[in-house]
Amino acid sequence: MLTKRIIACLDVNAGRVVKGVQFVDLVDAGDPAEVAARHAAAGADEIVFLDITATHEARGTLIDTVKRTAQRLFVPFTVGGGIRTLDDAAAVFDAGADKISINSAALTRPELIGEIGVKFGAQAVIVAIDARRTGREPEEAEVFAAGGRTAAGRRAVEWAREAESRGAGEILLTSMDADGTRAGFDCGLTAAVSGAVQIPVIASGGAGNAQHFTEVFREGKADAALAASIFHFGIADVRALKEELQREGIPVRLPC
Amino acid sequence: MIAVVDYKAGNLTSVMKALHAAGVGPQLTDDPAAVLGADKVILPGVGHFAATQFLETSGLKAAIGERIAAGVPFLGICVGLQWLFAGSTEAPEVSGLAAFPETCDRFSPGRKVPHVGWNSLAIRPDSRLFSGISNNCYVYFTHSYRAPVANATTAVTDYGEPFTAAIERGNITGVQFHPEKSGEAGLQILRNFLEWKPC
Repeated sequence: MLTKRIIACLDVNAGRVVKGVQFVDLVDAGDPAEVAARHAAAGADEIVFLDITATHEARGTLIDTVKRTAQRLFVPFTVGGGIRTLDDAAAVFDAGADKISINSAALTRPELIGEIGVKFGAQAVIVAIDARRTGREPEEAEVFAAGGRTAAGRRAVEWAREAESRGAGEILLTSMDADGTRAGFDCGLTAAVSGAVQIPVIASGGAGNAQHFTEVFREGKADAALAASIFHFGIADVRALKEELQREGIPVRLPC
Repeated sequence: MIAVVDYKAGNLTSVMKALHAAGVGPQLTDDPAAVLGADKVILPGVGHFAATQFLETSGLKAAIGERIAAGVPFLGICVGLQWLFAGSTEAPEVSGLAAFPETCDRFSPGRKVPHVGWNSLAIRPDSRLFSGISNNCYVYFTHSYRAPVANATTAVTDYGEPFTAAIERGNITGVQFHPEKSGEAGLQILRNFLEWKPC
């Protein structure tokens, strides 16, 4: 049986994993290669490496850090943050990424989705959508670009459909309302997007405990769920989380 | 020499990295002459079945066919497994190697496609590829087309319908999943293949 995936996300700034609430008060959480290996050993089904580096100068370290992180990692490895062109994507794949995640660049130029997909396969292209509720109905949620700063003038459900039709392999949906709250995923929004597309949807934003994961898999119809900060300081490691999910009857991969 | 065939489909960094971790130094090549000198051949591949057309036009298909006939162990991964069959409805104009007579087809409607993630293997006990791997072990898949269950199928995976996750006949083997992305179990499967002696 296909299992629900638990994805550990590393927010990386200038070559270090950082942790903070909505990119404020960043605390050092370790070396990306070490943190990624630790998550993989604890049973993370995938690792997402998100480059949140704000300055152009600090971005120079990205490829080296990706290469070093990929070196000993034998689970799927996604890199996102600042990928604007096919060449940017190619450099990250070359460094050892299996998938790339694009967000603002796809909103600016949706053709980029297909261009990367044709060259590297649709399975390698994740379109990340940052969405915020604007009304009662999840279908009304709006997409934001540039790390949540700019309204993109699109609805999340419609953008997910377009991304799929342009050849995206997966959708990474972050609820800006839930992000950083640790109060649970936005299951209504996740279910609306998951029901609108055929491709897998990864839910992100709001993970605080195992119950939240159970809810987003059951009610949110998510295929995978992503969390960053809750794992970093051992609050809940992936192994403990999966054991609890298994007790709840959620199909998860335990080490074989 | 272990030849990893580069037919310009997708990203082969992960496969090369995993083979290094499994203890060998493979050669990535698109040269039929290099394949003819190999004592093991690996055909990876992510992407569209149409990409296998390059194998035909480049002379790689003939070289691989000759090595297989000479008893050299062969492993196809993902599209590389599908290529062992007669063909795929994904690109009906392109023929596979036809080591197995069936045709690959898209998953039936009623489930999300592609099939992405970790799914379990029902392993046939006489499999050599899965020696030391426990039944129901999880491996990583990402694909929209699949091979039907055939006589030589040695691992079956269920995604609403059963399909061939692995096939083995003599020196010919293939896996639909990605051993290079399947953690320790995947590395063990690669080691099992690498330890085979040509028959």
